[in-house]
Amino acid sequence: MTEVMIDTGNYIAAKAAVMCKPDVVAAYPITPQTTLVEGIAKYLATGEYKGEYICVESEHSAMAACIGASATGVRTFTGTSSHGLLLMHEMLHWAALARLPVIMCNINRVVGPGWNIWADENDSISQRDTGWIQFYCSSNQEIFDTIIQSFKLGEHEKISLPVMISYNAFILSHTSMPVFVPNQKDVDAFLPNRAPKWKLDPDNPITFGNIILPAEYEKVRLDMQKSHEYAKKLILEISKEWKQRFGRYHGDLLEFYKCDGADYILLSMGAIGAESKAAIDNLRKEGLKFGLARVRCFRPFPKEEILKLSKKADLIVIDRNISPGMEGALFTEVKASLYDNTDAKVCGFIAGLGGKDVPFGDIEKMCKKVINGKARHIEWFGLEGV
Amino acid sequence: MKKYDVVTTISYPKKGAMGKTGNWRVFRPILDKDKCVKCLRCWIFCPEATITRHKDDSVDIDYVYCKGCGICADVCKVKAIILEREGKKK
Amino acid sequence: MAIKDLPIEECYIPGSAACPGCPATMALRIVYKALGKNTVKIVPACCTAVIESLHPYTSFDIPTMNIAFEAAAAGASGVEAGFRMQGKTDITVVAWAGDGGTYDIGIQALSGALERNTNFIYICYNNEIYSNTGIQRSGATPYGAWTTTTVSGKTEFRKEMGEIIQAHHIPYAAQACIAYPEDLFKKLQKAKIIHGPRYIEIMAPCPPGWRFPMEKTVEMGTMAVETGAWALYEVENDKVTFNGRSKLIMEGKVERKPIEDWIKYQGRFRHLFKPKKDIKRIKAIEDHIDQMWERYRKCYL
Ligand SMILES: Cc1ncc(C[n+]2csc(CCOP(=O)(O)OP(=O)(O)O)c2C)c(N)n1
Ligand code: SF4
Ligand code: SF4
Ligand code: SF4
Ligand SMILES: [Mg+2]
Repeated sequence: MTEVMIDTGNYIAAKAAVMCKPDVVAAYPITPQTTLVEGIAKYLATGEYKGEYICVESEHSAMAACIGASATGVRTFTGTSSHGLLLMHEMLHWAALARLPVIMCNINRVVGPGWNIWADENDSISQRDTGWIQFYCSSNQEIFDTIIQSFKLGEHEKISLPVMISYNAFILSHTSMPVFVPNQKDVDAFLPNRAPKWKLDPDNPITFGNIILPAEYEKVRLDMQKSHEYAKKLILEISKEWKQRFGRYHGDLLEFYKCDGADYILLSMGAIGAESKAAIDNLRKEGLKFGLARVRCFRPFPKEEILKLSKKADLIVIDRNISPGMEGALFTEVKASLYDNTDAKVCGFIAGLGGKDVPFGDIEKMCKKVINGKARHIEWFGLEGV
Repeated sequence: MKKYDVVTTISYPKKGAMGKTGNWRVFRPILDKDKCVKCLRCWIFCPEATITRHKDDSVDIDYVYCKGCGICADVCKVKAIILEREGKKK
Repeated sequence: MAIKDLPIEECYIPGSAACPGCPATMALRIVYKALGKNTVKIVPACCTAVIESLHPYTSFDIPTMNIAFEAAAAGASGVEAGFRMQGKTDITVVAWAGDGGTYDIGIQALSGALERNTNFIYICYNNEIYSNTGIQRSGATPYGAWTTTTVSGKTEFRKEMGEIIQAHHIPYAAQACIAYPEDLFKKLQKAKIIHGPRYIEIMAPCPPGWRFPMEKTVEMGTMAVETGAWALYEVENDKVTFNGRSKLIMEGKVERKPIEDWIKYQGRFRHLFKPKKDIKRIKAIEDHIDQMWERYRKCYL
């Protein structure tokens, strides 16, 4: 029987992870991820989690230990945030190039200096090119469901890639919401055991990761790219299967909300994605034809879907991140997806950096500014005259 | 040996993974079996594992891969191995 | 134990990318002989990552996982846990790293794994430099030695890694040297059957790095021990025992040879002899070794 658990994003994530029965968890605490690892430690103490929890001495070691464990063929999980994720950077590449499906939650938090623990997506956005599949969630239920789906996705024989499930600091990590938790048997039926693509095995003495020449290395990269392309299809299938089995659906690569007949489609991620729905409702009430395409999956990037949207509507992008010297990362990617194939206009806003609140009212203001033709190509909401 | 169906840097054991490293040699170790007292020092210290140890503890040199470092000659206390410049005589 | 007693089996396969006269492959052969085939090795960036040879081939006949430079011990913690969760507790997990990956960039992960009681053997082959990247100084480079980053000779003394390791109070730690294969083999055999973190460091004189002729690797190892620049000892649950020649030096039964007997054959110390003998710096090295032995005697005799 499905039960309802009312808890914070982090405890919900711990529950989901434990229900996937990872053999090894290796993690290091950082605010606001701490309650996630504490949750796992609690399940370890009660016996609900039967794997190994390695209390490493840094995030770099957390990822290294997950990589080592994953290379023996077992299932691994970890969680981190902000500076912890940045410290892992080298090992993120390592996991992906090794084709090891480590599954990780990242709680999106501001990067210092200026120590600041609130929501901001620059931490995970700056890991864009590591080869990890990246999801951004906008509710605790979505966190729960996406974690379980991610194990199936990352461990799939045609993928074999690590997956990062990101959600905003405090707005989700420390906010209680009711979440439907399926029973263990149904999760087991959904999630097959991991069948590793390669492993460390004394009966088969391979060497992993030695010197590789350019032509061969390029093939490794091409294969990663192909797996990312395939993941676009598989994410659709997995979301569909999840819906059939558990009755819930958060979208696949994107979540569409009131996009039918929309003149403008808003693209946003994470908590701003959730807040955007309220903004769309209000705008629709005023007769303004707005829709939302919430980007759930940032890597692989749903460029084909976004191009399709642009044939029907102009696009507005809100980024809770900034690539200094350019613009918001989502904005760049959206425009790149449209190149030469559409007449749609695209406006971009930077909002909510440093954890600044982005309430639906502000999102409505951004949208109205675009309709009024007053929005610049890219602007910082609240700082540049909106 | 099982081959894994995955495109990443997985490598399989092979003798001469860098080719026939005997070609690197400038000096060739020459073993005089009559002098050899089977102490096995050359065998244990050869960094390339190119001194073959037989059942009776006699030894031989695998010239296909011997890199000619000369350690075997250096550690042999009875001078049963000497070094000769490659190509000096055939 | 005699050389004869060492097993014939090899897991190092001839024809690798190692330099002629390489101390790392010399040591690896002994490690493989002692630990056997049911071993899995984690290797960070170092010469060994090159010695493995080119993809798609490898010169090692045991499963080997390369990992980032600073991550050997943490990777090993994961590998060990992964095997244990599958009930494969008979596999020996080994991290095999250079002195750079041990003394410097990897010390945090190493200390963490020792503190966590990871059930593995960490082996450091110490060639006293970053060889892979072309001979730069490391925390293990001795005072006065030339490297490409200490052009007039290193101005600091090396770390005492052995003492840092001892502060972790692990069940087994040892110092060995490539010139003493039976001693190394025995230490590995002992380590193999102990549960918990074990640390073995192997003195590994490197011909291109130290600038000596490639046939002299063993002799440079012997002289490191005979001059007392390197000590052979083992630590079993905090009990320290000196071995072989080092035991005799420790007990005052033989004098350690003057340091000059070792360094004058190494090009990395040439500037201490030419154009003029640098008596001051040679004495500084000598004094430092004396202090080390004084400390050893005070603590362990
Ligand atoms: C994070 C990082 N920094 C630097 C390097 C470059 N690097 C590779 S191996 C190496 C030195 C290795 O020295 P050591 O551990 O003593 O092994 P050796 O090469 O002497 O065998 C360095 C600096 C690297 N691979 N990764
Ligand atoms: S070292 Fe010399 S004596 Fe000993 S086995 Fe080798 S060749 Fe024979
Ligand atoms: S010359 Fe060197 S590589 Fe060749 S057999 Fe002797 S010790 Fe081995
Ligand atoms: S540089 Fe030294 S340690 Fe490295 S492969 Fe060459 S001989 Fe061996
Ligand atoms: Mg070194």
